[in-house]
Amino acid sequence: MVKFLKRFYLSLIFIFLYAPILVLIIYSFNESKSRGHWGGFTLKWYGELFRDRDIIKALYYTFLVALLSSIISTVIGTFSAIGIHNMGHFGKKLALNINYLPVLNPDIVTGIALMTLFISLRMQLGFLTMLLSHIMFNIPYVILSVLPKLKQMNKHTTEAALDLGATPSYAFRKVVIPEIMPGVITGALIAFTLSIDDFVISFFNTGPGVTNLSIHVFSMARKGVKPSINALTTLMLLTVVILLLLINKRTTKGDELIP
Amino acid sequence: MKRICILLLSCLLIVTSLIVLPGCKQDRVVLNIYNWGEYIDPDLLVKFEKETGIKVNQDFFETNEHMLAKLEGGGSYYDLIFPSDYVIEEMIKKDMLHKIDLNNIPNFKYVGDRFKNLNYDPDNEYSVPYFWGTLGILYNTEMVDEEVDSWDILWDEKYAGQILMLDSMRDTIGVALKKLGYSVNTTDPDKLEEAKNLLIQQMPLVNGYYVDETKDMMINGDAAIALNWSGTAMDIYWEGADYIKFVVPKEGANLWFDCMVIPKTSKNKAEAEMFINFMLEPENAYQNSLYVGYVSPVTEVFERIMQENPEVADMDAYNPSEEVLDICEVFIDLGDSRPLFNEVWTQIKVH
Amino acid sequence: MKNRAKFLAYPYLVWMAIFIVIPLFLVLFYSLTKGNIHDPSSLSFSLESYARVFEVNYLKVIWKSFKLAFISTLFCFVLGYPVALIISTVKAKYKSILLMFFLVPIWMNFLLRTYAWMSILSPNGFINRLLSFLGLPTLSIMPGQTAVVLGMIYNFLPFMVLPIYTVLSKIDRSVIEAAMDLGANKIRTFFNVIFPLTVPGIISGITMVFMPAVSTFVISRLLGGNKELLIGNLIEQQFTVQRDWHFGSALSIILMIMILISMAVMSKFESDNDNGGAPTW
Repeated sequence: MVKFLKRFYLSLIFIFLYAPILVLIIYSFNESKSRGHWGGFTLKWYGELFRDRDIIKALYYTFLVALLSSIISTVIGTFSAIGIHNMGHFGKKLALNINYLPVLNPDIVTGIALMTLFISLRMQLGFLTMLLSHIMFNIPYVILSVLPKLKQMNKHTTEAALDLGATPSYAFRKVVIPEIMPGVITGALIAFTLSIDDFVISFFNTGPGVTNLSIHVFSMARKGVKPSINALTTLMLLTVVILLLLINKRTTKGDELIP
Repeated sequence: MKRICILLLSCLLIVTSLIVLPGCKQDRVVLNIYNWGEYIDPDLLVKFEKETGIKVNQDFFETNEHMLAKLEGGGSYYDLIFPSDYVIEEMIKKDMLHKIDLNNIPNFKYVGDRFKNLNYDPDNEYSVPYFWGTLGILYNTEMVDEEVDSWDILWDEKYAGQILMLDSMRDTIGVALKKLGYSVNTTDPDKLEEAKNLLIQQMPLVNGYYVDETKDMMINGDAAIALNWSGTAMDIYWEGADYIKFVVPKEGANLWFDCMVIPKTSKNKAEAEMFINFMLEPENAYQNSLYVGYVSPVTEVFERIMQENPEVADMDAYNPSEEVLDICEVFIDLGDSRPLFNEVWTQIKVH
Repeated sequence: MKNRAKFLAYPYLVWMAIFIVIPLFLVLFYSLTKGNIHDPSSLSFSLESYARVFEVNYLKVIWKSFKLAFISTLFCFVLGYPVALIISTVKAKYKSILLMFFLVPIWMNFLLRTYAWMSILSPNGFINRLLSFLGLPTLSIMPGQTAVVLGMIYNFLPFMVLPIYTVLSKIDRSVIEAAMDLGANKIRTFFNVIFPLTVPGIISGITMVFMPAVSTFVISRLLGGNKELLIGNLIEQQFTVQRDWHFGSALSIILMIMILISMAVMSKFESDNDNGGAPTW
């Protein structure tokens, strides 16, 4: 009985979570543009999706910025985490508290603050400002992922390596990096995910011709039903499910899924 | 330590080149235009690119106020903008626009005389007409069976939850002012207070304050009545939904003109002028008017569409009669009263 | 190694100063001044932006944001805690699949999820079509406050479940066994042992839901018909329409302070409950 209730409740929640998405998926195959009736099965909206220059451009910029920003922020974040880890007590505390600010702040405040900065510097809002903004809010998460691994690491191992004759850079490569690698990868993944999904910060810091998926969907959502967006939703769902299945297969422990 | 530095540097180098490379491709001119949503046929942009090799990037704004805020905020540099009459007045006063050299725009001759030398830009030094129209009521005849001729219907409780208003300060406040019998350009705080209260009274009946959303919601039957511009009605008509009609109420409304202007921050003035000229080419203006729905100031386009579709000659949305034009007012720049209007608008929205 | 390693952080310290500290100072600066922001000479000290924030109408907006965010967080907690509990008690082989499917919506774009909800809730959308098909009266919740709250719950529910689940999964089984050995039944075990141990996770979850909920402007914009102005919308409007950067900055600073205070309060809760944290041995 209890088991049945548990399963029932869980199914309800899952229906709640998936129903809107599933509805969109169904509509993406609907011949008729209107949400009212079913006009027949069609794949034409998928064709239109690929022909839609604006969506392709939005996807292009979304991935480009996410990729660049996650790579850059991971590199900077990892090295900075190492540096912060080795700082004196007060410096470390100060650095961490400031570092934590973009994580704590609502993204609208971060977005506006950055926009204010760029405008005061008389910079032209566009690709560069969007990229810089993304890097800015990504690095703290990388640091937050790498730092615990650094703390967990036995510092005597590094000293032992140095005692045994390794050069500092060798010790770094062979001892430190493998230890912190899980944290680095997690950080990179978080950075990538956050960038792909970002709306508010990009919204305030982008310029003519540069857009991302979220901004595009935001303006489309207000113009009403656009069946190509439904097609996009379906494809995104497929991609995410496949990705997660792959990740699931590769890891033996399920808790690696949780960033 | 050294190795790490080299690694870092090389990473940064790769990354910088990735950033710079996309920019390198653009050694040809790119025109950045800032426009209302769905206000240009995208095929025309492709055509322009083919004819001139100039790529066009389009950014969108919802209302004049959004556009001004973006421009005054700084950081965005556009080559061509499509503001409305009263805004052009303000932009000229603030010296935000390049003077347009009409010698570079021979197609200006196609524009009807009644669109030239208007109050906001008496010598057409800064602007070239693009589209014009009126403000009025869109209603779905399948959901509204009475005759619609007054702004009062927007306050009718029968249609609670099915009324759409515009998220545009001058337009929505203007409607309330007109309903009260005042001018849309009044700066009298008491009259504005009255208008404000009227709109606050209306709020429970209003589905929402939209701009782009209206067209789709009306076609889908999500709402019965909407405050909107004449061109939306024509756009809906051209899409085949002839059960949705448009009327300019008897209390009067707003007559507006949208024009093309070149902001001072543009570095591609010559190319912008080429674009303006291109848009005034009768063939292009014709294609544009049919796609967007709004009415072109180019006389032969206006008349050609009427000839091909005789029924539109009687439509307020396409060809407003003299009587209708007489009761319409053009917005003028509020000047120092802008903050007052802004405050009233905010008070209404937060209620 | 230690001395030289810390230099690695110095470039980032400079970066933080430029990209984190200075922007916030700029916002603070604008909130305390009036005049044309592009003409520094016209700026003068003024508290009038802050004074405006305390006007009745704006206080109403702030109140509404907190109210809606609170309701959403509450629902997320009530709905989400059982989910975390159930998943953690499921057989191991199903756990990762369940969790994975729970995560899928998060990985899908936030805007798309909200857009999907718009589709369902609109007057001619799916739910109403279903209701009228079944002969039931239709809902007109969109646009409106209810739709906004629903949108918040929908978007943020997974963020409540995950931290709670994480903590639950780390609870040492032997603690539970010990409680039951000592005679407690399932319900007592839950309330006296399990629940207190999950408090850090709950706090995390509340933070991850409340903060974005109170500062959102997308959800209220798309599902609220521009009638339900929340604090996020108000701030956005100042910068994108009203051209009042001073007022917008003041609002941003106030929002930031309110959130920082809420977090400080919550972390006080967490440290008070330190004894209830997962056992370290």
